[in-house]
Amino acid sequence: MATPARVTPVTVTSTAHASRRGPSVRGTVAYGLLIVVAAAILVPIGYALLGGFKTNGQLAANPGAILPNPWVVDNYIDVLVGKNAAVFWRQALNSVMVAVVCVLLTVGCASMAAFVFARFAFRGREALYTLFVFGLLFPSAVAILPLIILVRDFGLSGNLLGVALPEAAFALPLTVVILRPFFKSIPVELEDAARVDGCTAFGFFWRILLPLARPALATVSVLAIVSTWNAFFLPLVILNGADQWTLPLGVMNFSTEYSSDQARVLAYTVVAMIPALIFYALAERHIVSGLTGGSVKG
Amino acid sequence: MTAAGRAERAGARRRRTGRMILAFLLPALLLYGLFVLLPVIQAARYSLFKWNGLGALTEFVGLKNYLTAFGSPIFVTSVSNNLLVIVLSLGIQIPFSLGLAVLLNRRFPGRAVFRLLFFVPYVLSEAVTGIVFSLMLRPGSLLDSGLTAVGLGGLIQDWLGDGTMVMITLFVIISWKYFGFHMILLLAGLQGIPREIEEAALIDGADRRGVFRHITLPLLGPTLRVSVFLSIIGALQLFDIVWVMTAGGPLNASSTMAISMFKSGFVARQMGYGSAQAVILFLFGLVVALLYQRFVLRRDTDGALTVYGG
Repeated sequence: MATPARVTPVTVTSTAHASRRGPSVRGTVAYGLLIVVAAAILVPIGYALLGGFKTNGQLAANPGAILPNPWVVDNYIDVLVGKNAAVFWRQALNSVMVAVVCVLLTVGCASMAAFVFARFAFRGREALYTLFVFGLLFPSAVAILPLIILVRDFGLSGNLLGVALPEAAFALPLTVVILRPFFKSIPVELEDAARVDGCTAFGFFWRILLPLARPALATVSVLAIVSTWNAFFLPLVILNGADQWTLPLGVMNFSTEYSSDQARVLAYTVVAMIPALIFYALAERHIVSGLTGGSVKG
Repeated sequence: MTAAGRAERAGARRRRTGRMILAFLLPALLLYGLFVLLPVIQAARYSLFKWNGLGALTEFVGLKNYLTAFGSPIFVTSVSNNLLVIVLSLGIQIPFSLGLAVLLNRRFPGRAVFRLLFFVPYVLSEAVTGIVFSLMLRPGSLLDSGLTAVGLGGLIQDWLGDGTMVMITLFVIISWKYFGFHMILLLAGLQGIPREIEEAALIDGADRRGVFRHITLPLLGPTLRVSVFLSIIGALQLFDIVWVMTAGGPLNASSTMAISMFKSGFVARQMGYGSAQAVILFLFGLVVALLYQRFVLRRDTDGALTVYGG
């Protein structure tokens, strides 16, 4: 549907202004589409959030009702401070611990490796770097079954470390690949000056490079947190029992355990998704820049 | 100082640098080698044995596990489900994301809010997403009553319980979760295209569609290919959402390679057979990666490998 109906004035200002001027048919359709998509995102989230304030009776009798009537706080109370609170907080703590260990390990190891990849010439450098890049290209699910055996042989089955170590390893490639060009972009003169002043290579890395790279480090940390926080497959095969589970497993299991108690499941799910939403609100800039950073260079 | 002495000192310095390089690389190499590379090699090894995951690897069976996989209706269904998701993702999800990215690349009030909102599903866990949608899609729940309310009750299906419907339902939910990611990627790509080029073409008399087809799209090429690649890799290892919502059911109708691998290797303790499926999954990924490398990477500038998005 070519629409030359709205004749563009042949002036330099044409497009930008034309599309900003008043509501055109095209503009209205576009807005409509955006609103439909926005609704499609909000409905499930709102359904969970508000459903947690309903009783099962309300959910069953009138599933289409938007607002609870009356509002019931029992489900959220139950999860946050009541009977199920112990399990919930335990799992939240597990998730936090896995995320912290994973981020420290990944960012620590990757920044050291990226430093060497970025600033030293040595035989086999590109081959080694390619080895890391390879990690981006293959489906990590392939490693799951052997990891069960490996983690068991290390005596880490049912241990949060058994999740955090492999998760950190999986996050390495992306972290190295984002950090290397960043480290490369820091001027050589700075390094020379530091050397003249008696700084060792490690001193330069630790006292100059890392502080300068803080924005990039923040970005890779945030990306690692998002992926570990949501990880499901690996924890599923490594951890056993509600005390060990991270939140995604906890949510899944809670929903099976209380399958006839929808309202309570919704409350648990909502409470479990809130940390991710808060984190997104705080770190949105880093997530987006990290994910899109390299991709638009080409 | 003698020449020999100087050479010796240079050699010592080089050795010192060499040791330092090694020390810096070692932690990453250890972690990566141990938990990423070794398991892939082990999967290949296990796949040649009949093994329950305990005890010693003794019962060598050659390629029998692979033959079993390709002869198994469940595994074949799984492969075809993965391929279906790839086709649907490339045919529907990416064009949809591209359309939204184009819309959001214009300036209008509320743009930032839409962009922020569309990315929200990406940060929610697959488990949370799966549970909420499962509850919404239960017979008689929100979706069904909503359809009835607007007079479309005739469209109601057993969304997750019907063998032919289930993959479509899952695809819609997967798209719900991931379109925002592709949209953000493509939006960043669009923003990297200088507006002047498009405006110049418009002034020269090209229509908007022509500009999009012949200028925007080619310039967006590298980003689009990254998006396609990530979408394929994601679809190949599809597990979380499917496991949470259907566990591959009903009657394996929504099984995927990763689901089938998990059920064989972990649930049924056929570690060798499960590993063979893992290797097949790996080979699919490898083919895609090689194709990408061969046809795509070479054409794009070298920065484009940093592309990985997640």
